[in-house]
Amino acid sequence: MSIEVRGVSKSFGKFTALKDVNLKVAPGELVALLGPSGSGKTTLLRIIAGLEFADDAGGGPVAPSGAPRVGFVFQHYALFRHMTVFENIAFGLRVRPSATRPSDAKIRERVLELLSLIQLDSLAGRYPSQLSGGQRQRVALARALAIEPEVLLLDEPFGALDAKVRQGLRRWLRKLHDEIHMTTILVTHDQDEALEVADRIVVMNQGRIEQIGTPEEVFHRPANEFVMDFLGSVNLFHARVEGGQERRVFVRPHDMEIGHQAQSESSVRAVVKRIHAAGPMVKVELESEIGETLQVEIPHERYAVLGLKVGADVYVSPRESKVFFEDYSI
Amino acid sequence: MKWKVLLIGLTVLFLSLFLLVPLAAILVEALRKGAGAYVRALLDPDAMVAIRLTLLCASIAVVASVIFGICAAWAVTRFRFPGKSLLLTFIDLPFAVSPVVAGLLMVLVFGGQGWLGPLHLGVLFATPGIILATIFVSFPFVARELIPLMQEQGTEEEEAALLLGASGWQTFMRITLPKIKWGLLYGVILCSARAMGEFGAVSVVSGHIRGRTNTIPLHVEILYNEYNFVAAFAVASLLALLALATLGAKALLEWKLRRDAAAAQREAGA
Repeated sequence: MSIEVRGVSKSFGKFTALKDVNLKVAPGELVALLGPSGSGKTTLLRIIAGLEFADDAGGGPVAPSGAPRVGFVFQHYALFRHMTVFENIAFGLRVRPSATRPSDAKIRERVLELLSLIQLDSLAGRYPSQLSGGQRQRVALARALAIEPEVLLLDEPFGALDAKVRQGLRRWLRKLHDEIHMTTILVTHDQDEALEVADRIVVMNQGRIEQIGTPEEVFHRPANEFVMDFLGSVNLFHARVEGGQERRVFVRPHDMEIGHQAQSESSVRAVVKRIHAAGPMVKVELESEIGETLQVEIPHERYAVLGLKVGADVYVSPRESKVFFEDYSI
Repeated sequence: MKWKVLLIGLTVLFLSLFLLVPLAAILVEALRKGAGAYVRALLDPDAMVAIRLTLLCASIAVVASVIFGICAAWAVTRFRFPGKSLLLTFIDLPFAVSPVVAGLLMVLVFGGQGWLGPLHLGVLFATPGIILATIFVSFPFVARELIPLMQEQGTEEEEAALLLGASGWQTFMRITLPKIKWGLLYGVILCSARAMGEFGAVSVVSGHIRGRTNTIPLHVEILYNEYNFVAAFAVASLLALLALATLGAKALLEWKLRRDAAAAQREAGA
């Protein structure tokens, strides 16, 4: 099922959480709402879920056929602490009116099916307090899926987990989505998570949408300075162009080259300040002639060839840079 | 070490002097003329009426306190509205006001010369008045227990239940109530202890009509004033036993709550 949000605004007292937001999600799509905390992404998700109401009654989320059945996964799981894993998953089926409630045997069948989907068959009798964070989040997901939702909404689902578990669950979620093709909206502040999992990314900031696009689009063709800055680290240069105007030039660390000689007019002289060689790329921190701090990432082979040391005088040249011409105001 | 012994000794001495000795004295005095006199004092028709009236008032007060407490705690912890802190202050009012004043307020409202006096509602010097006075002094206990508990537990589980298709009633019965049941029971115990023992407010509104509007504490006072010490202490011992039973239940619950809290902490740390 598709989701459409038209002209939604929301404020809490004096704080404006959302300002005239429009969004369309196609059936079966996995969309990530990405932004820093306070950008309004969670508020938007809660409005779509019906947990929060938009300020003006005119707009609001629009679903084709009345209120959609929503599966919602909370950041802190919100499992029912006094129920076993089995009963947690069965809850959505048990509370149905008797006319549409499946039989106990049917419920059991469905719960066992979901337990094997989340690979926790053996833990049906445990209480949430006896599970690890990753297991709890999978139970929360199974509980949401039990009611066969038309839309799946995930609010920072992996935010409370450690890095390793997060990565595993992220891939598992993408695989699951490819199997069941449910319209899914994921809220996250982690750009790696959004880039890796989503079909499309909605970058939000201060209650507004900055850009909507595929991971490639938002990463390689950011619409503005905010998106460029938020999706990975970035170096900022103040450059003077024809006419004496000053422009802000953005270059990603991996789009910069280090050399012992100047390679072009845009090369900058800099001194190596720190070197982090642990990782897939070597991260070099430098200070330019005019005191700007620069981050550059180069491959290990290149690092070996250059023989860089802290304190070395080198030239830094951008390979690819971005300049945003439209006025960007916060 | 010296200090430890001294402090423990002082505490025990104080408790014995002011608590254990009087408690023992009640029982000794009550049984002074033998078990027969003790039982006769309790089976006396007037005493029976007092016991029945006390239990009736306490149960109604507890039910009122539970309904009010859940509503108030729900409103305060789930919604934002103007005047919320004022409401919280009002909930505490019965703790701050002397029970005698509460009784006098009732007289002001329902008495012959009172605001509602001309309506002749038959509240004062009758069971309804005693019930109202008891409710007044005991209604905050459940709310006071539940508000911090529900604040700490948050609303996410209820939101999850609603999104899974549960109705408001189902959410309350299946999610909220199991979450707050121990706190609720604790509030009920405190509330019933207060309701059964209430003297001041009830004394003002009851009119002390023997065999009709006397609760246990009032009956004890009357017997005592008539120098009927054995009967007075016998009935008083009943109240003391009720209090002890309540305390026992409270201790048991506290132990259980502590265990749950420890488990929750382990969970949070896991």
